Amino acid sequence: MHASVRPALSVNIPQTGTNTAARESAAALSMRMAISKVNFFYGNKQTLFDISMGIATNKVTALIGPSGCGKSTLLRTLNRMHETVRGARLEGEIVLDGNSIFGQDVTSLRRRVGMVFQRPNPFPKSIFDNVAYGLRINGSKVPIADAVEKSLRRAALWEEVKDHLHKSAYELSGGQQQRLCIARALAVDPEVLLLDEPCSALDPISTAKIEELLVQLKEFCTIVTVTHNMQQAARISDFTAFLLIGQLIEFSPTPQLFTTPGDPRTEAYITGRFG
Amino acid sequence: MTRRLRWRKFVSAFMLSMTGVCAVVAVSVLFLILGYLIVHGGASVSWNFFTKLPAPVGEPGGGMANAIVGSAKLLMLAMLVGVPIGFLGAIYLAEFSGTATAFIVRYAADLLNGVPSIVIGIFAYSLAVLPFKHFSTFAGGFALGLMMIPITLRSTEEFLRSVPVSLREGAMALGASKWKTIVTVIVPSAYRGILTTILLAFARVAGETAPLLFTALGNRFWSPGWGQPTASLPVAIYNYAISPYEDWHRQAWAAGLVLLGLILVVNIVARGVLARGISVSRS
Repeated sequence: MHASVRPALSVNIPQTGTNTAARESAAALSMRMAISKVNFFYGNKQTLFDISMGIATNKVTALIGPSGCGKSTLLRTLNRMHETVRGARLEGEIVLDGNSIFGQDVTSLRRRVGMVFQRPNPFPKSIFDNVAYGLRINGSKVPIADAVEKSLRRAALWEEVKDHLHKSAYELSGGQQQRLCIARALAVDPEVLLLDEPCSALDPISTAKIEELLVQLKEFCTIVTVTHNMQQAARISDFTAFLLIGQLIEFSPTPQLFTTPGDPRTEAYITGRFG
Repeated sequence: MTRRLRWRKFVSAFMLSMTGVCAVVAVSVLFLILGYLIVHGGASVSWNFFTKLPAPVGEPGGGMANAIVGSAKLLMLAMLVGVPIGFLGAIYLAEFSGTATAFIVRYAADLLNGVPSIVIGIFAYSLAVLPFKHFSTFAGGFALGLMMIPITLRSTEEFLRSVPVSLREGAMALGASKWKTIVTVIVPSAYRGILTTILLAFARVAGETAPLLFTALGNRFWSPGWGQPTASLPVAIYNYAISPYEDWHRQAWAAGLVLLGLILVVNIVARGVLARGISVSRS
């Protein structure tokens, strides 16, 4: 069902030619998504320049870079959320399981590519109704109560909320709300989960829980996360892409990017010289 | 203390007390009106006032049951006209329109809000009275409904706009279409505000007299159905107050008290609905 998009990978890891071993190990992976030659514009202002990379199946891919480098923009193109912004325009191709994401119904695409945002954004509904939301609007046939429990378990929230599923989601703490948003996204069984700085509004303990959760979630879906926290990228991701002013500077397996960066700009960034 | 400093302190104290006095005056107008109505009309508000038809001049007793029911019917019609148009228009304005269209519609709504109510009355008269050649409850409700449209439209739009973008994005990222997002997330998030808006618009038109003078006209008796002239509290107050009879004046005071009471209750309920917390946290 999920055709791998292996050929795209050779373009996907630019400027890592020195380390062929790493490239070969990466090439053995199947790719869930492939981004090729993406240029992105807000009005006349170009914010992404010729980005090509692959998103490996059941791995965590992290996008890092200083503020305004375009990492959130790139993430939002993956489920076409950029189309909700007036004046946004994209050139290039993005492929999910071998099919262009632009050739399909945006609603079903977003069901397959879920998203969690920077700030927890539960709906003003009960915990249960929040998780059930995606199932209900998509007219899902599965028993809703079971699916809600499964998603809450996967989001490591079930034990904390199972006795008050019908309380308002706003009564949860910030970290719990964010895990609720993850559960809500998981409920529709997405193949890919996009996270836009999911921990930036959370305290360290909640952050640790979410990080742990993301690593576990690899089992069920492919994860792409944006973070401004390099340690976080190093801790949880398998692949890391470093962006700078709209350009993909380096994309490598995470250990390699952090230990032997192939580009001086990457090294300058990860050693804290700017950003 | 130098003279100059004393002078400054005097000016400061004087201005502070002036602003305080003005604030007190502004508030006390409401309480004066309320007190005046209670003193003059309180005694005439009895069970009969709510259940009996007006008595002929000189006869004791009698009530304004027909005006109370008439007002209720007029306001119900007004809601049927004003709320759907205002509400759906606000959805268009907040969610779909381009900036130029939105500007024009908003501006027009603000102008309509400022149109004197007597002019609204004339407009309703020419549209809903002249073609049928008689005054009616329907025409009165139509006139009041026209007045509700801009109030409902503008405030509902404000409340819809205040729903955070993050909630819209959350719904869309789960595959909700724009309409589904509006129906399942945006409107439920703003419903307290919208409900308040409707109640306040209701309270605002409940006391309108001018649009009813030549649409619903008035009636000494019951007005069955919707096609005949009907009594209403504001018009009854007007007619009774300008009459030369002492007992009618008392009835007018009583009607004024009942009307003001109704409007106060609706206002307080509306504030209560809103105060129970905006349904969306702003964090």
